[in-house]
Amino acid sequence: MKYAYYPGCSLEKNASAYQVSTLLTAQAFEIDFQELDDWNCCGATEYISLNRMAAYALVARNLVIAKEQIKTGDHFPQLVAPCSACFLNLSKAESYLTENPPLAERVNLALAAGGLHYDPGGLSVRHLLDIFVNDIGYEKIQSLVTQPLTGLRIAPYYGCLIVRPRFQGVFDDYESPTTLDHLMRCLGADVVDYPPKAQCCGGHMTQISESCAMEMLNHLLRSAVDAGADMLVTLCPMCQLNLDAYQANVNAFCHTDYHIPVLYFTQLIGLALGIPAEKLGIGREIVDARPVLARIGKEPAQPATPARPKRPGKEELPMPHMPEAEPGLIPAKEVQP
Amino acid sequence: MSTQTPTRPVYTFFEQVVAMTPGDPHLERCIQCGTCGGSCPSGRDMELTPRALFALVAAGEKDTVLNSSGPWYCVSCYYCMARCPKDIHVTDLMYTLKRYALQTGQHKRSNIRPASGFSGTFIWNVEHFGRSFELGLAAAYHLVHHPLGLPKMMPLALGLLTKGRMALLPHQISHMNELKAILQKAKDLEEEDWQALEVGKE
Repeated sequence: MKYAYYPGCSLEKNASAYQVSTLLTAQAFEIDFQELDDWNCCGATEYISLNRMAAYALVARNLVIAKEQIKTGDHFPQLVAPCSACFLNLSKAESYLTENPPLAERVNLALAAGGLHYDPGGLSVRHLLDIFVNDIGYEKIQSLVTQPLTGLRIAPYYGCLIVRPRFQGVFDDYESPTTLDHLMRCLGADVVDYPPKAQCCGGHMTQISESCAMEMLNHLLRSAVDAGADMLVTLCPMCQLNLDAYQANVNAFCHTDYHIPVLYFTQLIGLALGIPAEKLGIGREIVDARPVLARIGKEPAQPATPARPKRPGKEELPMPHMPEAEPGLIPAKEVQP
Repeated sequence: MSTQTPTRPVYTFFEQVVAMTPGDPHLERCIQCGTCGGSCPSGRDMELTPRALFALVAAGEKDTVLNSSGPWYCVSCYYCMARCPKDIHVTDLMYTLKRYALQTGQHKRSNIRPASGFSGTFIWNVEHFGRSFELGLAAAYHLVHHPLGLPKMMPLALGLLTKGRMALLPHQISHMNELKAILQKAKDLEEEDWQALEVGKE
């Protein structure tokens, strides 16, 4: 199965673990993701806040490249994005340009300045999770699981942009999605009940209003800890960055002590298929996932800090110390005469 | 009659907002139920929630709307838009209100000024390299718009750098001239649209 693939800026560096684990697991299911040639940024949620025509023209250039590549290759007429924001922008632009010919006409005026033209319609934009659960399917995934994630308690976090709103390419419920839950159960993991699974991580809010962003992240982390989760699983680089890299900031701001790792769902599929953890980019997260994975025997225990004794052993210095009491025996008090 | 110049603008504030929103945002359908603000994850930080903003747009209270921090607290999660019982494109309208405030210069009056600065810095990178560049974005944004936030960002940036998650140099796409020409033309078209609606700097 061949798809046109739009990785997005985050997957180049910040979410490189998502990129390597996506390509490795896709290979295991004989899926061929063909990266768009010379794609550009989707504009995230920023460009549309500044300039409407430029925002649509920016996304439309990617759509032009995708259609051209699909026409010349033997792909499905489908464009796959692993990042939720990229997925939303591509799907929204394709929907709006198809529904609004006057908008498409004006966007084409802009595209013409670069010698391009776009005929909207006929392109299906899909999220990576959709490909795994609907095109590959739960049964196929389950059949290839060699190392089930038994005993791993997972909070499935979808975030906001893949389930909302009703543009094309939506494949799950916008209030209470379940596809990632099912997928994680197929891998043998325990899925905990995680009520804020489709709430927003705050996106760029960490940069704009600290109190607003930290409260949003605190709620997401608190719910995961309360549900007894060992880790959060996500499908968006922005969610991963906010929940993982900003966890220390949340702890400082909200006086909490969270230490919950956040991995991409493709990394867990890879582990269950028996792909070594380091090939899946595990270890690039800020909150180390390896102690949790070691508990279920997926990764040799690696101390987070180098093993250097904080103080010398008892035999090295003649320090006084209490004799070890026999178990079950309380040392009798010395009675003063 | 024909020599008399019109004393009121040709377009109402409501009409301008709708015209600058892609597609039909169905703004006239608002029944003031408050589902939008109630669903909003950052609603409690907004001076005016979408419901209040829409009532003020309909009432023509342009300055109250554009000076408000409300739209700038929008995190683009589309919860309001998915839940709206009247299918109003709430998120799209929030974007329009941000752009309108930038067009008139009133974004500087809201109490969350860094928001437009962040968008602007992000887009500067996209307009020059074709892709986002996180290190450049974080450094430029904090130095210019949010210097007091810089110390808190240092450990985080260092963590990402040591984990190999932050590029030191931007990656430029190969057809940058093509993209630059497209974006320049798009900006000209956008300005034309604002001029046609008689919206300019205050």
